Amino acid sequence: MKHILLLLPLVLSAAVPQQLRFAINGDPKMFDVLMVAESNSETIRYLTAGVLLRVNRTTDVPQPELAESFQVKEGGRAITFKLRPNLQFSDGTPLTAADVERTLRRALDPKSGSPTGDTLRAGDTAPEILVANPREITLRYKAPKPGIDRLFDSVGIAPPVQTKLPPSSGAFFVAEYQPGTFVLLRRNSHYFKRDAKGVQLPYLDSIRLDIQANADIALTRYQRGEFHLINKLDADSFDRLQKTQNNSVRSLGPSLDPEFIWFNQAPAKTLPEWKRAWFTSAAFRHAVSSAIRREDMARIVFKGHAHPAVGPISTANRFWVNAALKPPVLDTKGGLAQLAKEGFTLRGNVLRDKGNHAVEFSLITQAGKRPRERMASLVADDLKALGIKVNVVTLDFGSLLDRISKSLDYEAALLGFENVDADPSEEMNVWLSSGAQHAWWPAQKTPATAWEARIDKLELAQAAEGVRANRKNLVDEFQKIVREEEPIIYLLNPDYLVAVSPSLKGVQPVVVPPQILWNAEWLRFE
Amino acid sequence: MTRPATILLALVVVLGLAAPWLAPNPYDHQFRDMASASPQPGFPMGTDDLGRDRLSRLLYATRVSVLLAPSAATISVLLALLFSALAALPSRLVAWTLSLANGIFLSLPWIFLFIILRSKLSLNTDPLVSVTLTFALMGVAGWAIPGRAFTASIVEMKDAGWLLQARAAGLRPWRIATAHAWPHLWSLALVQFRILIPAYVLSEASLGLLGLGVADPMPSWGNLLRDLQHPDVVQANPWTLAPLALLVLVMICLESLTPSRKAAL
Repeated sequence: MKHILLLLPLVLSAAVPQQLRFAINGDPKMFDVLMVAESNSETIRYLTAGVLLRVNRTTDVPQPELAESFQVKEGGRAITFKLRPNLQFSDGTPLTAADVERTLRRALDPKSGSPTGDTLRAGDTAPEILVANPREITLRYKAPKPGIDRLFDSVGIAPPVQTKLPPSSGAFFVAEYQPGTFVLLRRNSHYFKRDAKGVQLPYLDSIRLDIQANADIALTRYQRGEFHLINKLDADSFDRLQKTQNNSVRSLGPSLDPEFIWFNQAPAKTLPEWKRAWFTSAAFRHAVSSAIRREDMARIVFKGHAHPAVGPISTANRFWVNAALKPPVLDTKGGLAQLAKEGFTLRGNVLRDKGNHAVEFSLITQAGKRPRERMASLVADDLKALGIKVNVVTLDFGSLLDRISKSLDYEAALLGFENVDADPSEEMNVWLSSGAQHAWWPAQKTPATAWEARIDKLELAQAAEGVRANRKNLVDEFQKIVREEEPIIYLLNPDYLVAVSPSLKGVQPVVVPPQILWNAEWLRFE
Repeated sequence: MTRPATILLALVVVLGLAAPWLAPNPYDHQFRDMASASPQPGFPMGTDDLGRDRLSRLLYATRVSVLLAPSAATISVLLALLFSALAALPSRLVAWTLSLANGIFLSLPWIFLFIILRSKLSLNTDPLVSVTLTFALMGVAGWAIPGRAFTASIVEMKDAGWLLQARAAGLRPWRIATAHAWPHLWSLALVQFRILIPAYVLSEASLGLLGLGVADPMPSWGNLLRDLQHPDVVQANPWTLAPLALLVLVMICLESLTPSRKAAL
């Protein structure tokens, strides 16, 4: 009898179904790990594709995965991987350096159109690939490749033959797909990883991703217990869930994603020179920044689930953020004083420039994105204190994108970034003056200002720097310049809010994608 | 039923027109420490999520909506009557051309034309100009559906015995149109007018998503109705339903004032 009682917990534990269920908001476009270009396929790739190394989401340090070791060589020009012995795909076929080579060559083939290939190439040049033996492979670039090791966090090793539901090299494989309904992943019994007790991972038997476009329905199904997690909640849903299921919601603190405004500084035909003169004035930008009540914005728009942003790098990114920087302080008087030095005068309730033009500009933002619409309304109201009239215009995303990136027919914009990596190189295309996403003046032929030239140098230098501490110094200086010049006026970092069923164990949610799922092989139900 | 409906409708119009005097607060003032407040002294209907007084916004929204939505509906109905009357002319070519125009108007993806309109307008366009243009375009775009109904009715009339009798009696066409045909069309025109008003109010709410319609902070029934997308907001403050109630009330009043076809005849 005693023995039976001792066995009872084991029996009960075995009875707990080890299937994780959650919602994705649309069908994955494909299961080919090299062709992933949208978030739902990205989630499935993360769960199914084995990678040579994985950036640990809690420490931000790359760690070996399919490779038992890796070494960055030649000042960041080359990287060598040594694979683990006896690796296998989920169908039992061996995984060797030849598979890695084939994967890389297919990704790098311009005909394949693989987004993975775009990140691996240096400009138009592909790296040299050298296979020393079935367990060792080297990639060599002609010049140092920024963050060469981190690139491989998203390079899934593809199977020899692409089928409709291809075998995988990761913790799970795609077992079934019902378009519009669900994707079913099952555990890969050939996966290499084991826990400290020698138990093979993953713990979960399967993961079912239900395709549910409506976030409200997904929330209701979570409340009914049909889903075990929600990887991203808005502030209203978080508060609603907190009232009924307080133990299942978690705020991870400020996210990596900033919300900000910027002014068009490009010499666009539609922008009068006198308005451009305001926007290119750092004093004007500082004055605007100092009149915005960020605390109100966090409290009213995000129900307190947001924090004033300090700059391009969030305080959540503890290593890379410049700790000396603090969020801008509300100082309307100081702002008016700065404007007065630049020749602006406040007459009645209207601010006028040297040419007696009333200061008025339009602020565009994305229609239907309620938090951004609300933030824009608050900014418009705050700037009345400076005598500035702001016309908030909400546009559909296509029109908005066209105006800020092609026609440049706009004056100011309010948007946000969704960062998928904590590394400072993530936003390189925004900060390089030649970058297509250099928000305030895209694709400059030469830097328009001395400080933009300095940012260019710092960005390129940090990307090529191998010593982390030296790189940090460069990144700190870059953040300091951004604060001094404020080409982008940072507003807030909304908090990252998630919901996880208390029965799911092993959860270590982080603000870096894929948040709750980053250690999926360690998740289990008890 | 007609008198109470008239009184109520007049009351709504007066409330809208008198908004600047009746509203307890400016419609765009943000009482930030009172965001999403429940009804209380000073804010009889509570405040919205930016702390703006709901009652003041509803009064101003009534002004925008009771003036512009019926104006757009009037444009649609008048255009529809005009084109349908032309279609009744003996010329087959004119009838065919108008029928073709009707078909084209019905099948055009109007949403894209609204997007083009927005792209052509300066971003600093006055909100009043933007909203007037939007409603005007809605009015022009909306003639095709009532146009079909009017054309069918006019075609039916052409073979009616009373019309032959009027012609035989030697009545002039203008006299036939005003004294005999118009009473037949009047009730239909009123019905179409009534149908178009809520359609335009709701269209304006949808167009807000494209940056058309009534831009914030100016209120309209349409953009106030967008709050209904959030059930928790409605649950927390039932006054959120006030614009919907007002819209329904106006529709009922218009319904009561619309004579039935039989009565009109």
